Amino acid sequence: MRYLPLTPADRQQMLAAIGAQSIDDLFVDVPAEAQLDGPVHGLPGHASEMAVERHFSKLARQNLVASDHPFFLGAGAYKHHVPASVDHLIQRGEFLTAYTPYQPEIAQGTLQMLFEFQTQVARLFGCDVANASMYDGSTACWEAISMAGRVTKRKKAILSGGLHPHYVSVAKTMAHFTGDHLETARPSLSAETDSAQLIDAIDGETSCVVVQYPDILGRVEDLSALAARAHEAGALLIAVVMEPVALGAIRAPGDMGADIVVGEGQSLGVGLQFGGPYVGLFACKEKFVRQMPGRLCGETVDAEGKRGFVLTLSTREQHIRREKATSNICTNAGLCALAFSIHMTLLGERGLRDLAALNHARAVQAADRLAQLPGVTLVNQSFFNEFTVKLPKEARPVVQALAEKGVLGGVSLGRLYPDAADLANGLVVAVTEIVSEEDIEALATALQEVLA
Amino acid sequence: MTLNQSGWRPEMGGAAQAEAATYTGNRALMLEEALIFELGDCQTTGVDIAPAPKVASRLGGLERTRDIGLPGLSEPETVRHYTRLSRQNYAIDLGLFPLGSCTMKHNPRLNEKVARMPGFADVHPLQPQATVQGALAVIDELAHWLITLTGMKAVAMSPKAGAHGELCGILAIKAALEARGEDRPVILVPESAHGTNPATAAFAGFRVESIPATPEGRVDFAALTARLGPDVAAVMITNPNTCGLFERDLKRISDAVHAAGGYVYCDGANFNAIVGRVRPGDLGVDAMHINLHKTFSTPHGGGGPGSGPVVLSEALAPFAPIPHVVRHADGHFHLVEEETAGAELPNSFGRMTAFHGQMGMYTRALSYILSHGADGLRQVAEDAVLNANYVLRQLEGVLDAPFAGSGPCMHEALFSDANLAEGFSTLDIAKGLIDEGYHPMTVYFPLVVHGAMLIEPTETESKAALDQFIGALRSVALRAKQGDPALKSAPHFAPRRRLDETLAARRPVLVWSPPALAEAAE
Repeated sequence: MRYLPLTPADRQQMLAAIGAQSIDDLFVDVPAEAQLDGPVHGLPGHASEMAVERHFSKLARQNLVASDHPFFLGAGAYKHHVPASVDHLIQRGEFLTAYTPYQPEIAQGTLQMLFEFQTQVARLFGCDVANASMYDGSTACWEAISMAGRVTKRKKAILSGGLHPHYVSVAKTMAHFTGDHLETARPSLSAETDSAQLIDAIDGETSCVVVQYPDILGRVEDLSALAARAHEAGALLIAVVMEPVALGAIRAPGDMGADIVVGEGQSLGVGLQFGGPYVGLFACKEKFVRQMPGRLCGETVDAEGKRGFVLTLSTREQHIRREKATSNICTNAGLCALAFSIHMTLLGERGLRDLAALNHARAVQAADRLAQLPGVTLVNQSFFNEFTVKLPKEARPVVQALAEKGVLGGVSLGRLYPDAADLANGLVVAVTEIVSEEDIEALATALQEVLA
Repeated sequence: MTLNQSGWRPEMGGAAQAEAATYTGNRALMLEEALIFELGDCQTTGVDIAPAPKVASRLGGLERTRDIGLPGLSEPETVRHYTRLSRQNYAIDLGLFPLGSCTMKHNPRLNEKVARMPGFADVHPLQPQATVQGALAVIDELAHWLITLTGMKAVAMSPKAGAHGELCGILAIKAALEARGEDRPVILVPESAHGTNPATAAFAGFRVESIPATPEGRVDFAALTARLGPDVAAVMITNPNTCGLFERDLKRISDAVHAAGGYVYCDGANFNAIVGRVRPGDLGVDAMHINLHKTFSTPHGGGGPGSGPVVLSEALAPFAPIPHVVRHADGHFHLVEEETAGAELPNSFGRMTAFHGQMGMYTRALSYILSHGADGLRQVAEDAVLNANYVLRQLEGVLDAPFAGSGPCMHEALFSDANLAEGFSTLDIAKGLIDEGYHPMTVYFPLVVHGAMLIEPTETESKAALDQFIGALRSVALRAKQGDPALKSAPHFAPRRRLDETLAARRPVLVWSPPALAEAAE
């Protein structure tokens, strides 16, 4: 077996050195009735690289690949062009096959990268500090709600109807078991968000208000009034950013008063990957740092006075604090954080702003084009690279029919809100730099045919 | 002294010169690297982006006015920056990585290739299900083998890492108790458990009580059974445990817990020791997470991503989270989400993550399983256990092995800091190993042993590699016993000397600031 270096002679020699007759002597503590007496049922013997690769090639061909088709899906995962050097660099064995940097003297590469990543995320979100990553945006969102509870010592969180329904689901799952109280809502197919209702709903029991920016329908709005009202009531404002590229064009939530800003970092560097692994982003105001979940990398000096980096404030974490930790998280998304950080370094501020401008311009073109189709109306007044159109019929079968025509035309609100008849005609369309004018035309033509 | 541009100069050389400061601070291949914030500027970019068509903005008046402060680098500078950083890391690709309970084994590159096939890597999670049948087939196939290898009823695939898997199992237990109309607020956790176990139980709203270990390093059966009662929801047990021993009594424990109305959660972090030889389902386990990034060798990536599918017993299977892949009789795959969960998985406790879990890890893990096959996986467990026992027996004469008398170890060998010279500790041995070219073992864990050193060599090490490691550790241990003062200041040859962790925590600097601002803050 190509991955196992011990030879039969090695094994014999080692058993002799141990003083064992056979390998079974080393499993003597396993009760006989718990030991398999033969090979695992149904699993064939070991296979060559070639055989395994063929098996996967066959399965891979059964999927429609985003790059091969006009592609307009978003709703929490975005397709951007990732520079070739990103994937090349994350495959350096010293990054790929390293462990969590618990021995800082021989992990400065990972630690410095994390320090740079934390700084990039904090600046992008308009916050003081950021952590070294979470699993993904949805779990980061719950961690933020949970953290707001610790900070305010209150248990009621108000979630905007504009928050991704899967993020709401994750929060509901957790709140059900922790005893937190969530007020949730659904969006309506209108240009208006529910922030006026949110402002009214905030009271002295509220730990936090959670809004997505841009929201699930792609709408963007100033969060300052919401932040002011939350702070007046002693609550925190949590903003969720699923498309960090947007912040190359629009104001950062932290600059509008958000206390905690979390997000999904997938759109930079990581790729679609059918939903994971992705990278959760988590940033906040400095005064809350000791309530943060997850790993933090900090600057220090070594015994010779040279600058170096270590994991720090570990007394928040499970391996030190056990049941009193701020979270149970251990493994995070280090390699995806690296991919995010490299992509961001390649872009730089100028590249990010240019990329954001191109995304927005393409989205405007697409929105205007689709709104010309008979019976199709644009829901949004404002958006970045994703908007919602209302179709004259249910969007879900339309998306399927578009796929049959080779166009991946968006995410139907029916998929996201299966029980909401009032949303069934909504189609969320994401338009990034990978979309060409021809792709927009292909979508418009196919959509017109399907709607006819 | 000016920078020598021309290369080697004959008047240099000699041992004394090796200590001389260089102009750059570099030492040949040991290269210092500044931060991107010191190297780049906000006008530089390494990406060529097409000009945006002119349109009227629809940004709702929210155009960004303030600078972000994100430096950019050209592509060559970027490649050099990260390549230089990478060289300051230790990694499995460089050598043996004996971190106990972390299973740092070789990461086959075929798995990287497979995960990057566009049919898996370039597919959106919300594409119509008819367009992702191959991706769903991978999830279903991996699920099948995880169930088969563990002898369980079902598997929840979506958890994102081990601790997230623990949370999944504990939520399933809580949901099952709710369905029975029972409120059991306590979870019992042995004192040798990973920190994530008590943290998870607390995160899910349980009260944690600790169960002691016996002098031979296993869960105290009598103490555990004495504590069972109507308030105990579950016991969380690691098997093989973190002392490197198989919990012989696990079946008896499971029977006792079940008789008292509780459930058994097994931390599967150490599954590598028994994969292909032992099925946890045969030991009465109700839920167990499997770290695909340990046993099934998806790369650790400097701290993630991981993946933590949870296998479930018949009692807990109905409460599994969504989404969940099912295979219809016609061979077509279907994803159970919120829409149909009411009909297809009515007792599901809900969703744990936005999408379907770690697809990129599923492809790698399945590739690993198919590559090894039934014979290879069994050999994995056997070689992992053989290597650990070899290390244990070769070193027990020089380091204290508190449970060596308990019989063979499983996949990891545990030592303590007993008998070191006055003032010398486990930390000194760890730092000494760094100078020998190794990543240290897990230190100060498990907590049941003083100054613990937990060594997990894994099965992907040759005998020659083990012999060299054993020689190195023996040498460092002897220095610690003899009180070699040079060991107190190790490492001497790493990119950094010992780092001041107290300073980092007392005065946290978590983001970079320009020097003037940083000084003002002090």
